[in-house]
Amino acid sequence: MRNAFINTLIVAAESNSNIWLLSGDLGFSVLEPFAARFAGRFVNVGVAEQNMAGMAAGIALSGKTVFIYSIGNFPTFRCLEQLRNDVCHHAADVKVVAVGGGYAYGSQGYTHHAIEDVAIMSALPAMQVFAPCDPAETRAATHLIAASGKPSYLRLSRAGEPELAAGKPNDPYRPRVLRKGSDVLILASGPIASVAMVAAEQLGAEGLDVGVASVACIKPLDEGFVRDVAPRARLIATLEEHVLRGGLYAAVAAALAFGPRRTPVLGLGISEQLSDMSVAGSRDALLATAGLSPPAVAARIKQAMAGAI
Amino acid sequence: MKASNELDPADFARRIRVHALRMVHAARASHIGSCLSMADIMAVLYTRVLRIDPDNPTDPQRDRLVVSKGHAAAIVYASLAERGFFPVSNLETFCRDGSALTGHVNHSVPGVEVSTGSLGHGLPIAVGMALAAKADGSARRVYCLLSDGECNEGSNWEAVLFAPHHKLDNLVAIVDFNQIQSFGRVSDVLGLQPFADKWRAFGWHAIELDGHDIGALTAQLATSLQVAGRPTVVVAHTVKGKGVSFMEDKLEWHYKSPDDRQLALACAEVGA
Repeated sequence: MRNAFINTLIVAAESNSNIWLLSGDLGFSVLEPFAARFAGRFVNVGVAEQNMAGMAAGIALSGKTVFIYSIGNFPTFRCLEQLRNDVCHHAADVKVVAVGGGYAYGSQGYTHHAIEDVAIMSALPAMQVFAPCDPAETRAATHLIAASGKPSYLRLSRAGEPELAAGKPNDPYRPRVLRKGSDVLILASGPIASVAMVAAEQLGAEGLDVGVASVACIKPLDEGFVRDVAPRARLIATLEEHVLRGGLYAAVAAALAFGPRRTPVLGLGISEQLSDMSVAGSRDALLATAGLSPPAVAARIKQAMAGAI
Repeated sequence: MKASNELDPADFARRIRVHALRMVHAARASHIGSCLSMADIMAVLYTRVLRIDPDNPTDPQRDRLVVSKGHAAAIVYASLAERGFFPVSNLETFCRDGSALTGHVNHSVPGVEVSTGSLGHGLPIAVGMALAAKADGSARRVYCLLSDGECNEGSNWEAVLFAPHHKLDNLVAIVDFNQIQSFGRVSDVLGLQPFADKWRAFGWHAIELDGHDIGALTAQLATSLQVAGRPTVVVAHTVKGKGVSFMEDKLEWHYKSPDDRQLALACAEVGA
């Protein structure tokens, strides 16, 4: 995903000389091609995210489109007030790009797990929030935010994520159906959508018809899509590599809350991480611990269906 | 664009002090001491230094002033009104319901570059503006006015480290060093000395002057004080509450609002 991002940004920067990229001293083996091509528009600001975010606002207020890049919590939480006051409050054209969304940096430990970022970024005024599920969606979202003129958050995983569907996503603001199914619809954000695909396959073998849609844009959520598809399914499940509070589940549930006939919504995500819960583990192992492995997701959906029917 | 040389800086300083006193009194607002300590700096900036056009406040080639000590909003709005960005009569709406003139500096007011109020935000933004000006090959200059207490914030020191590394000689930081911060004297709360030497050690060209000496401010800010390849910091030694004897060097005037009698006394001292 990060390579899809930088290659797309290079294309965008070739036709738009106002595109800048700032790095908080991260991006080894990823950002070099941009830095080599656009030396005057790439700055490694050092390990100083508050200055990076404030500077990005100052550069954007001088007429540029500024991408800032770092790992998960660093360009988001560390400089949160700069994003709130300097970027969002001024509608400065700044894009926050975080790699390592969710458990992508599994064994690195809690500091490197970005699992509350979507909630916090979504709370910021006018901030648009994107969590693409595969390289194709990453390319589409990068193109979109490079031209949108709006403060945006782009949550990426790492490298090597598979494409989850054929063809090019049309509009990142609209959810993209990865698999059709009528009994259950899983709405997933980010690369964990691949878990939904495997779980759907497994449930299909057991007689449940399960669809999967990727919600690459969590804010603004396409509430029309959610309200349109919900009545046609017996269960909506949301799946995210994030805590349930303030992420996809909260947005989808809120979109349906006022409806006259509500389809039940099952939220599948990570529980709050308490101080005694820090262990090493690969992304897959940590997801399994969180109950988010494909068999666990399938089992929880089956269980919910049993209760929902 | 040129600085406005028709306006007399000493008279401008007198006028904005009176405005700020009246605004803070009418709104029962705080921070008059912080406003008065930077009045002479603002007067020199707006009459002798900043190349700005009140009729075209968003001209891309204008000089930028980022007032990072956003709590001194009254003196900022007073300066902009006196410089012609909006009618002086608008100052009466300071802190009133529905007014753009909020108690901390608001960028929806014509002439204000950036909303501030949380300390330690302005200098990084100014650094970004200076870097962009360099990249554009533009002659526009960027000024950032900070408080001394604000220099407790670590975010400033990230920017202080960055600017000389990138040779931002189009950037001038001005520190209103009035020696009093929110809850005590700077030297007691979190000592900053040797202050100018800290900036020098980071690679800045540092100047110290009397922040109420219009002549010295004009000479240092209006002439090309920039040293090639290095940003400049002006440590302006000031007196909190300057110009009003009973407010000078008193912490309480970070918070208090003058009553009717105090306003009359203060205005008489300033020369209303």
